[in-house]
Amino acid sequence: MATNDGVLVDVKELRMYFPVVAGVMRTKVADVKAVDNVSFSIKRGETLGLVGESGCGKTTTGRAILQLYKITTGEVLFEGADLTKMKGEQLRRMRRNMQLIFQDPYASLDPRMTAGDIVGEPLLVHNLAGGQNYREQVGELLRMVELEQRMAVRYPHEFSGGQRQRLGIARALAVRPKFIVCDEPVSALDVSIQAQIIKLLMRLKDEMNLTYLFIAHDLSVVRHISDRVAVMYLGKIMEITRSDEIYSNPLHPYTQALLSAVPIPSPQVDRQRKRILLTGDVPSPVNPPRGCHFHPRCHLATAACREQEPELKDVGGEHWVSCHR
Amino acid sequence: MRLIPYPPGIIVGGEVNFDGKDLLKVSEEEIRHIRGNRIAMIFQEPTTSLNPVLTVSRQLSEALELHRGIDSKAATDEAAKLLKLVGIPDSERRINDYPHQFSGGMQQRIMIAMALSCNPALLIADEPTTSVDVTVQAQLLEVINNLRTQFGTAVIIITHNLGVVARYADSVNVMYAGRLMESGPTDVIYNDPKQPYTVGLIASVPRLDLPRQKNLSVIDGLPPNLARLPKTMCPFSPRCKLAVAKCKEQRPELEVVGKDHLAACFRSSEVGQLVEAR
Repeated sequence: MATNDGVLVDVKELRMYFPVVAGVMRTKVADVKAVDNVSFSIKRGETLGLVGESGCGKTTTGRAILQLYKITTGEVLFEGADLTKMKGEQLRRMRRNMQLIFQDPYASLDPRMTAGDIVGEPLLVHNLAGGQNYREQVGELLRMVELEQRMAVRYPHEFSGGQRQRLGIARALAVRPKFIVCDEPVSALDVSIQAQIIKLLMRLKDEMNLTYLFIAHDLSVVRHISDRVAVMYLGKIMEITRSDEIYSNPLHPYTQALLSAVPIPSPQVDRQRKRILLTGDVPSPVNPPRGCHFHPRCHLATAACREQEPELKDVGGEHWVSCHR
Repeated sequence: MRLIPYPPGIIVGGEVNFDGKDLLKVSEEEIRHIRGNRIAMIFQEPTTSLNPVLTVSRQLSEALELHRGIDSKAATDEAAKLLKLVGIPDSERRINDYPHQFSGGMQQRIMIAMALSCNPALLIADEPTTSVDVTVQAQLLEVINNLRTQFGTAVIIITHNLGVVARYADSVNVMYAGRLMESGPTDVIYNDPKQPYTVGLIASVPRLDLPRQKNLSVIDGLPPNLARLPKTMCPFSPRCKLAVAKCKEQRPELEVVGKDHLAACFRSSEVGQLVEAR
């Protein structure tokens, strides 16, 4: 894929398997292939969206990039340096550049820390501030996410869901990172609050020159915020393309089915759309189907799809598809 | 359905007329015959709404035995048929499984089967698809919709997903801070809304079918705290772009603004400008 300059994060043939153990001897009987041979790159200042159904490996991909798991095989290059080979202090220093915003604003904030301590903790961990300077920086971070400085003394339970997510964002911004993995940052929020947080994330990206990997299952949100979108299914990438193309020209049958499952909030427009109803559930990643992982649910599947696994191919215009047809 | 426990919840006034009867006046005994029988409900989270220590068969046949008075053998057979109806494969065998042995989507199908078991006249679906993937959401809503056309059940769907409403609802009621803000046929609500809150709600959802906009329009502020909200103002006025002094002093009532179309807003005739400004 793109090897030109300006690539910030380059993921090469990433595989993340979790062993399944059974019996009294705890012997390994199988692997959960959560992420199976995934490659993509994210340019500086770009937002790459990652969508898919639950259990498709999108969160695992995000966490594997940040080295929160010991990955099975593959490389993750950050500004050209392979993170998977780093250890200890070196990796800890790299972590300043990469942060994570979590899905659940209720579970990801320590209920016994004040908002100020939550936001300021990364500053202390990385020795970035102390004393008066520390308080100023915490105040500045709160202001950046449109919270008031006086709220620093409150505890998480005194904040609404949207405000908590703002705290999570401020905490991620504290170390002035270059790259942020946003893992379903708006999924737990109401529609009107969701729009506020999306707007905030987009503004911060411009102001601080950030690069995002934006993980979500809501295609309309992902398309809105991202420059390019990658669609994942059972640990593999099915299609990557520019956001403008994903709705106008989806090439993979899975992408098409996913799009048609999202109702458009306009009765007239929605009535005129072609509907593809996927049947069944996502198969288990312990024992994924042979050939193309999507073939058992695909309405276009042929013999070739059952036998041979398709590769991600360039079809021009930054559009990559993994499908025989 | 009179499911809100008292205390603390009190219904202080009004009527709920169902099939000519005021449900607020009928006895506890009578409502028990209606609840789960004539009016059924699908709850938001199937994982917590199903009893984890009883088999699906046991949970499904409970209502059947109670309301239809059939014996347990017949009820079990009927339960298996219901599971098949909502699209659970191998239903005769799976009926003896426990809820945790099903996926989230399948659990919600069980909830639907349970709600439909007594062939209700009214089905209330409370955020039935909030915790599931879009593909499963599409499957579940198709199931509910097919059953609606097949059995002529009336459906109330409670949701914050405006896409789902656009696809399935015939008419829409928009609520805010415990009050009905606007009510009308679906097409009218989406094309010609007369309440600023409705406009804001529709505008705050990114659209898949339209070119990407740099800025999503946003309703500023937070929903109000119901305990502190003064009774003498429009509850939406602090967040409303059209609010004038009158909106802070007086509470607008629902008024007819078109055919079958009601809105609670002093400036409903000017709401069209908001839509165009977008």
